[in-house]
Amino acid sequence: MKITKDEVLHVAKLARLKLNEQEAEALTKDMENIIGFANKLNELETEGVVPTAHAIPMSNAFREDVVKPSYDHDEMLKNAPSSDGEGYTVPKVVE
Amino acid sequence: MHTWTAHEIRDKIKNKETSSKEVTKAYLERIEQVENKVESYITVLADEALSAAEAVDKKIASGEEVGSLAGVPIALKDNLCTKDIPTTCASKMLENFRPPYDATVSAKMKEADTVLLGKLNMDEFAMGSSTENSYFKKTKNPYDITKVPGGSSGGSAACVAADEAAFTLGSDTGGSIRQPAAFCGCVGMKPTYGTVSRFGLVAFASSLDQIGPMTKDVRDCAMVYDAIVGYDPMDSTCVKCDYINFESALSESVTGLKIGVPAEYFGEGIDPSIQKAIYAALDTFKALGADYNEMHLPLNEYALPAYYMISSAEASSNLARFDGVKYGFRAEKFDDLFDLYAQTRSEGFGDEVKRRIMIGTYALSSGYYDAYYKKAQQVRTMVMKDFDKAFETYDVLVTPTAPTTAYSIGEKTSDPLQMYMGDICTVSVNIGGLPAIVLPCGYDANGMPIGLQIIGKPFGEKAILNAAYALEKTITKVKPVL
Repeated sequence: MKITKDEVLHVAKLARLKLNEQEAEALTKDMENIIGFANKLNELETEGVVPTAHAIPMSNAFREDVVKPSYDHDEMLKNAPSSDGEGYTVPKVVE
Repeated sequence: MHTWTAHEIRDKIKNKETSSKEVTKAYLERIEQVENKVESYITVLADEALSAAEAVDKKIASGEEVGSLAGVPIALKDNLCTKDIPTTCASKMLENFRPPYDATVSAKMKEADTVLLGKLNMDEFAMGSSTENSYFKKTKNPYDITKVPGGSSGGSAACVAADEAAFTLGSDTGGSIRQPAAFCGCVGMKPTYGTVSRFGLVAFASSLDQIGPMTKDVRDCAMVYDAIVGYDPMDSTCVKCDYINFESALSESVTGLKIGVPAEYFGEGIDPSIQKAIYAALDTFKALGADYNEMHLPLNEYALPAYYMISSAEASSNLARFDGVKYGFRAEKFDDLFDLYAQTRSEGFGDEVKRRIMIGTYALSSGYYDAYYKKAQQVRTMVMKDFDKAFETYDVLVTPTAPTTAYSIGEKTSDPLQMYMGDICTVSVNIGGLPAIVLPCGYDANGMPIGLQIIGKPFGEKAILNAAYALEKTITKVKPVL
């Protein structure tokens, strides 16, 4: 299983991670090993096997649609790394 | 006092033989004495605990009705949200995070009138098997402080083993309750998926995560499970059903119990001293009236790669929320919004968390989804069928918990895949959503605990608790010397 550094950098971008040179090198090797290990799954014939996403068989979990109080606005903003007192602040998104 | 089991403490407080304040003080003193060696806590809440204990004592004195675990001093893994109390997941990302709400289990612990001593160390975001991935500190194994306590609930296990709390709660995605319980010689149970609410548990892999008790004995385990089990509308994967009282259902009788012993769990790489101890326990079961037979779970070796694909994929999705906007860490320097996300995540997450996010993102990315993620989910179906078939014949399965006893700190940190291999005996239980309990069944030549795992059918907690209860009576436990 060959994984290139370019692939690793592409995946990092998808995952919103910035890797320095050393991290990219190390992850290339690690991912090659780990994904290589996962290729063991190919030894099994899975044609027609239904994938399981959830161990306990259950379908939609319905509940009554009742209005309940929301969390307090100021309480929620307390953990914000940056806020103007009304909302979360981020760098300008639309030029 | 700190050596009393949680049920003894509960009974003595109820019978007014002691007070919650006395016991809480004893635990705080114990923490004072041994915590510098063990380092199981991230946060200790000494003043808060004493006031909570006094409040419970007052309630009892005035004849008010109290919760089922009134006055018992406990601690929680630091990925369980506690309102206004730091919940860090042992990550720089959440170093200063104070949840605005309680996890359902945290709320249930309050309703039960327990006293919260603090929050416990773990592998960052529960990713790891040795608690060496914590951003804050390395927890030590109380039986030998040069060794790891296991992980990811290493703080929860070491805390119980060192008598720094009457019991703790951990979480288990691929063995994170059971393997540290084995390494630290305590009792740990991963309940059936969906029986304990995950609301307020910081998610790692949502289809595998489950919260469970880590305790000094099996009765404590049943008692704590009674306090946390049950349907919760806040967790849509929580199962609606009636539960018995597991503590009062405890029975020492294993007469006629059919035990399956999967040969695949005793293969190469499993330490001979562990195999010997498990078989000695099986003979004990036989002497007590149970019967055991070797059998096969041929797909077990595929459960591990399937687990790492599924759990990492779910983790990469769950951890997308840590972006430096709504809570948690934000990088100081960035150019634009993309850079804010990337810089924050790169500085806020540790190496193992990044590795899992990368593997998961890879497995979910276009072109690889079918080959890895879907394939792993199909293998999950096959592994579950293996278990279904086994449980047509057997009531419970007995296996080792880990290939080795606790290893030295630093011994396995250089090769992530080698570290993952240590989860070979535990991950398939999560894949199947099954309940499993671990208890000490002996000690190796160096005095390190050996953990025996009993796996049950879905919702088969009663059977595994009873089997563990029966075996425990025959085991001479050795306390660590600190």
